[in-house]
Amino acid sequence: MPAYERFRPKPYHSKISIFWWIKRKPYVLFIIRELTSIFVAIYAIILIIQIHAMAQGPDTWDALMISFSMPGSILLHVVILIFLLFHTFTWFKLAPKAMVLKIGKKRIPGSLIIAGNFIMWILLSAGIAWLVMSA
Amino acid sequence: MAEKVKIQVLRYIPEKDPDPFYQEYEVPFRKEWVILDALNYIKDEIDGSLSYRWSCRMGVCGSCGMMVNDIPVLTCETFLEKYLPGPVRIAPLNYFAVIRDLVVETDGFMEKVKRVKPWIIREEEKPAAEGEYLQTPDQLSEYKQYSMCINCMLCYAACPVVGLEPKFIGPAAIALAQRYNYDNRDEGQKMRDDVLLSDDGIYECTLVGECSVVCPKHVDPAGAIQRYKVTGATEWWTSVLLPFGKK
Repeated sequence: MPAYERFRPKPYHSKISIFWWIKRKPYVLFIIRELTSIFVAIYAIILIIQIHAMAQGPDTWDALMISFSMPGSILLHVVILIFLLFHTFTWFKLAPKAMVLKIGKKRIPGSLIIAGNFIMWILLSAGIAWLVMSA
Repeated sequence: MAEKVKIQVLRYIPEKDPDPFYQEYEVPFRKEWVILDALNYIKDEIDGSLSYRWSCRMGVCGSCGMMVNDIPVLTCETFLEKYLPGPVRIAPLNYFAVIRDLVVETDGFMEKVKRVKPWIIREEEKPAAEGEYLQTPDQLSEYKQYSMCINCMLCYAACPVVGLEPKFIGPAAIALAQRYNYDNRDEGQKMRDDVLLSDDGIYECTLVGECSVVCPKHVDPAGAIQRYKVTGATEWWTSVLLPFGKK
């Protein structure tokens, strides 16, 4: 350490509050986006419960369906749906950041990549809906 | 229109006070003034003890980055008019240690930049007699955007991960690494991977995305990091699926 260092005043290190994200909208949206993954996980668990009930037979399945039609359960599903939509929209919007696709020498514009994701989503959802409806 | 604007500057004078405090100044309003002009007015006319960095006054040197109303900006290209009627709050860049007033410690940042080996690495150097390494405009356009960085550190001040995980190598350094990774003359990506795919590297990034929003040169460091994540994941899968393949 050079000799003059001892005369150097101490730099100030600011502390970060756990509420650092509350002051600006982009940070709030980021935190909400991250929190939505909890709802993704909850819904994954609900799906596992459904598959488990299906494997147990019609009685367990029917009992589960009755519990799903309770107002509390419907409310939970609506809340999960809202967060899942937020999750999907925000992540689709970010997709072009990671995907740099080219046709020949021209870069495909980000809006097309976002649109592609939405189209795939709609097609897959329609496919699943068709499977469920025709069963 | 307002004739005077209140400017609140966060001051840190270590020999007088161990904590920073806001000091308010009143400057005349001029339509053509940027924030830096207001600071220069304070230093020249009101309080000569105010410390801050600046140099080129045209958004190239990257010295005058500060937090203005909580957003990191280059003060030489941010007009005072935007903040009318005021007051305008000016603070040193977030997440950096403050040396004095608005002057921050840059050593850590410089160290991070150095760690990504931001220069052209060749497995074997071509003898000078064989001439220069040629590059087409298309090859240049692959990385040009990432080469526009001026090391102003605004992206670090916008990135909460930099604040929460001080070891994170950070947006500018990763974008700079990508500038060389995408350069066709460079063969050093494997060496950079050691730093960037480590715990302090790209996977610390949670894609807040503000680094790209505040970047005055449109470098898009967030994009550079996400592209590196794709490369990293692809390399990992390749090594798992083809363990005896090309390293």
